[in-house]
Amino acid sequence: MALQLIAYAVALSLLSGVVGLAASRYRQLLRWACFPLLGLSGLAAATGGLLALTGEPAAAQLPLGLPWLAWSVRVDALAGFILLLIGVVVFAVAVFGPGYTREFLHGRHSLAALGVFTGLFVAGMQLVVIADDAFMFMVAWELMSLSSYFLVAFQHENAANRRAAFLYLLMAHVGGLAILLGYGVLAAFGGGFTFEAMRAAELPQLWAGVAFALAFFGFGMKAGLVPLHAWLPEAHPVAPSHISALMSGVMLKVAIYGFVRVTFDLIGTVQVDWGVIVLLAGSLSALLGVLYAMQQTDIKRLLAYSSIENVGVIFMALGLAIIFLASGHPLLGSLGLIAALYHALNHALFKSLLFLGAGAVIQQTHQHSLEHMGGLLKRLPYTGTFFLIGCLSIASLPPFNGFASEWLTLQTALQGVVLDSGVLRIVIPVTAAMLALTAALGAMLFVRLYGIAFLGQPRTRQARQAHLPSFGMRAAQGLLALLCLLLGVLPALSIDVMGAIPQALGGLPEPGITGQGWLWLTPVSAAAASYSAPLVLLGLGLAWLLFYLLLHGRNHQRVRRIHPWDCGFGPLSPRMQYTATAFAQPVRRIFQPVWLLEEKVERLSDDKSGQLTSLRHQLLVTDRSWKVLYEPAGRWVISAARRIALLQSGNVRTYLSYSFFTLIFLLWLIS
Amino acid sequence: MNFAQFTLQEQGVVILAALVLFASFALLAQTRIIACIHAFAWQGALVAAATAMVALVANQHHLYVSALITLALKAVLIPWVLHRIVVKLEITREVETVVNPALVLLAAAALVAFSYYVALPVEKLSTLATRNTIAISMAVVLLGMLIMVTRRQAITQVVGFMSMENGLFFAAVVSTHGMPMVVELGVAFDLLVATVIFGVFFFQIRQSIDSLDVDRLSRLAETSELDEPQEERE
Amino acid sequence: MADLLNLQGWLLALLQTALFVTAAPLLVGWLRLLKARLQNRRAPALTQPYRDLTKLFRKEAIVADTASPLFRAAPYVVFSATVVTAAVIPLLAVHLPTAIIADVIVLVGFLGLARFFLALAGMDAGTAFGGMGSSREMTIASLAEPAMLMAVFTLTMTAQSTNLSHAIDFLLAQGVVLRPSFMFALLALLLVAVAETGRVPVDNPTTHLELTMVHEAMILEYSGRHLALMEWAAQLKLMIYGVLIANIFLPWGIAVENTPTALLVGLGAIAGKLMLLCVVLAVSETVLAKMRLFRVPGYLNLAFLFALLGMLSHVILEVGA
Repeated sequence: MALQLIAYAVALSLLSGVVGLAASRYRQLLRWACFPLLGLSGLAAATGGLLALTGEPAAAQLPLGLPWLAWSVRVDALAGFILLLIGVVVFAVAVFGPGYTREFLHGRHSLAALGVFTGLFVAGMQLVVIADDAFMFMVAWELMSLSSYFLVAFQHENAANRRAAFLYLLMAHVGGLAILLGYGVLAAFGGGFTFEAMRAAELPQLWAGVAFALAFFGFGMKAGLVPLHAWLPEAHPVAPSHISALMSGVMLKVAIYGFVRVTFDLIGTVQVDWGVIVLLAGSLSALLGVLYAMQQTDIKRLLAYSSIENVGVIFMALGLAIIFLASGHPLLGSLGLIAALYHALNHALFKSLLFLGAGAVIQQTHQHSLEHMGGLLKRLPYTGTFFLIGCLSIASLPPFNGFASEWLTLQTALQGVVLDSGVLRIVIPVTAAMLALTAALGAMLFVRLYGIAFLGQPRTRQARQAHLPSFGMRAAQGLLALLCLLLGVLPALSIDVMGAIPQALGGLPEPGITGQGWLWLTPVSAAAASYSAPLVLLGLGLAWLLFYLLLHGRNHQRVRRIHPWDCGFGPLSPRMQYTATAFAQPVRRIFQPVWLLEEKVERLSDDKSGQLTSLRHQLLVTDRSWKVLYEPAGRWVISAARRIALLQSGNVRTYLSYSFFTLIFLLWLIS
Repeated sequence: MNFAQFTLQEQGVVILAALVLFASFALLAQTRIIACIHAFAWQGALVAAATAMVALVANQHHLYVSALITLALKAVLIPWVLHRIVVKLEITREVETVVNPALVLLAAAALVAFSYYVALPVEKLSTLATRNTIAISMAVVLLGMLIMVTRRQAITQVVGFMSMENGLFFAAVVSTHGMPMVVELGVAFDLLVATVIFGVFFFQIRQSIDSLDVDRLSRLAETSELDEPQEERE
Repeated sequence: MADLLNLQGWLLALLQTALFVTAAPLLVGWLRLLKARLQNRRAPALTQPYRDLTKLFRKEAIVADTASPLFRAAPYVVFSATVVTAAVIPLLAVHLPTAIIADVIVLVGFLGLARFFLALAGMDAGTAFGGMGSSREMTIASLAEPAMLMAVFTLTMTAQSTNLSHAIDFLLAQGVVLRPSFMFALLALLLVAVAETGRVPVDNPTTHLELTMVHEAMILEYSGRHLALMEWAAQLKLMIYGVLIANIFLPWGIAVENTPTALLVGLGAIAGKLMLLCVVLAVSETVLAKMRLFRVPGYLNLAFLFALLGMLSHVILEVGA
């Protein structure tokens, strides 16, 4: 049943792609056929995923593939969970899409490309998750990467977008190559490309390490781990916003799915060192991601960097899980795994909510920079409210969902005392403190984003003239915001459903997080820690109600509206507000070595009196990974290519002699 | 072993050990030379107090003498001599710029973790209640070296060196209840002599190259003679 | 979780919360009195903060016309989040049903929620000072919060529980133990508490000098009942930190059983501890001057260092080989 529904889901998204072909002529088809089909696909995937999550694993063989290697598919609890996540976000995007793409109708962009590749992209992601052999996995993985390349390059008239898309394609393939090699190692020992054979294989420690390293590199690249991340904030923001939501919200989770599948399921026996590496890479990504995000003024780039932060948090929890599993604490290992996957689900929801909100803002104001927004809450009350819920969730504040998963991660980290290794007992709490630092900086980041964009006075004419987006766009955001709130207030219910996942990964025990009923989260035991989100919400609500009634019941005070006081200084203009750059200045100064900063101040003064007439401040913030990793690697590749190019002399006889010698060599080899 | 089962005196030793470590961090974080010397004096006093406490716990009377010598030498005499030198050379207000203070502190914390890792096997051999402090004394030694590496002024380097000696002495006290008296007296005397010789050297260096910045000593190397012809006047 | 159906416990918890909320202005009054005495000024009455609050509640509320609805909701969110924080902290008695609802990490989260809305409200009117205050507040908080959590982690690793009531139970059961980690954690928490509650030397609660204020800059546009709620929440926050420090590091006297005598003893104990803490704070505020904004990171680094040393000494010295 679950498998059937998922098959329908894949078929529907492919169908949506096919219908998209016709959208180049009948432009309305994109809005009224492609997106509804996609929405149905999302619903089918979510239902199928939920069924698989709660039911038994199901497998099938497809009449496709190579003669000796038929494609096989399988859904277990883990795959079901990721499909549920994909389905929900795809559904929301499909509701959002018709309104959002309205402005493309009269543009010169090819709507067929948008329709076709969106369908293929979604189908690719769904297929990756259900693949049960390396061959199908890689084909689906490439389908996902390639179709999303075309979506990134959708607005290709801009040279920067073309460059970003090329970089994306390049990095996707470097990562893909590593994954392929990793599967190669596993297949060599397992004697086949099916996951079943790989699972059964007994790898020597060294080769297990190689396979893990390749998988970590490949999936980490796709997920945007520091220092491999530099492509992500280039590529994700330039796609149309609903695609950015899919890429940041869902595609990153597919990469995490791949990592979990290979590490916990296929390799099986994990080692402590791996966990330490994953934990450290995760904490570095989390901290640097949030620090870089802090300095962005482009709303979508900021969100993309914040995805790096959240992926870092997820990998931290995964690293903890590996450490605990490898040192013989399977219960704590499952706890870390659940924390990681719950954060993945939560991030999918609030990041797509925020990207959809950013899309609505950009559609209404045609501005990408925070410095040109302001006061949008009054003009876009629905988007503003839902965006606020997204900000509260991602800033990990109780009682929203981001808090629940970060709380679980912290609780996992605090169990580090059970480990025997003294150094790990020190390292793990320190990384927990780094997680706390990341969360605190994240709160500052989203105060900055929301405060500058949605509060205050409009900084430009366009921001002043923003109008309500269409109903579908609002409904999609509302749905995601509601889910964020529900998963935050009732975490025990959702984690209860996720309990089958560790069982599916080599029979890990189910952690007793929800052992005390639906009101409580108790990760280890009721005495060690407990958190009751419903009661917290109740308490907050009661306190609010009590004081509201106390203050308003008595003598019904009214408020008077006048212009702001501002310490009695003269009339305010919107330009006197704090800017996004200024807001982040203290952090820039404290963590200065993190960025490459170029700051220029131009002073223009009056020739006669020498008085200062104007002051111009310019700030350029560059990601260090460009200088440290990407540019040297690029230079190295180019110089290597030059060396190899010496072979290409242009002389036909030389080429013929290459063939000649190759032929002789091969003949010698087989003789 | 459960910490709560220690006697109060033993807990006192451990607390003093933690404070000695903190004094090392304080030394590392100071930017003024005078403040550095003061922090060093405090560390000496804390080591002396810890020694006295160990003497009380283990009922070792010779350790009281060691504690007294330490107090006199490291908390009073040497800081006083260094202080005088600084006043004479008129560098009381000199501010040293360390590379990146936050980074140095981070490295220091990592060093503490590292010395814990190194000291674990040694600690397992010991049966004393205070054996956990071996890692701390090791960390104090390493942090002393870190001070010498990151500082440019010759005086702060000497302070770092003395702080290393504090760590060694402390290690001897907590792991084996002190070295034989003869050795201890010898070391103490050596330290005193070293301080005096360092003092003489400071004046000489100052006269020759007009600064106590050790980075400038590298110009004395033969290879760089041609770059700095005016240094040849000596 | 069986405590949840205990009616007497709930009544007691409600009573304790009410006491917490109503006593907070008194604590500030006491602090002001001490400071005035130390600075050779004539002190205002102990009840002055109550008079100020009643005055503000009676006054008309004025809202900037540039502000959005969030501006009017924020004081309620800030205040209720702070009240809920106060509700989960053991003040008089350890065993209360509210204590298991949220552990100490959630408690930090509540304070974060209050701060989030406070900072947003600061930016809402679109004035120059509001944004400045929000930026500074969030910067300081983003450094103080991890230091605080790290200090708290040290404690919870010792007590093996992040639930405050369980942790306090554990410490009471153990008797007097001189732990180096607690010493460092206490120092770190003291530094963080000063920074988070906006006291000298990080922020000055009495300043209205435009360029130095942090907390005041954010609530500049508030008046009437909204301002009263914001002020009250700030006073409550001071008390929260005071009670946290007092009851974690000196838990003696707090009621383990919910009998009238034990509760009375608990009341006396906490009052004594808070009065003493206020003396320390008043002396330090009189001796120290407010520092420049860019000295604050150095100050918080020190707090972080203390917390780190606390954790290191816990692992190295207390758990050991």
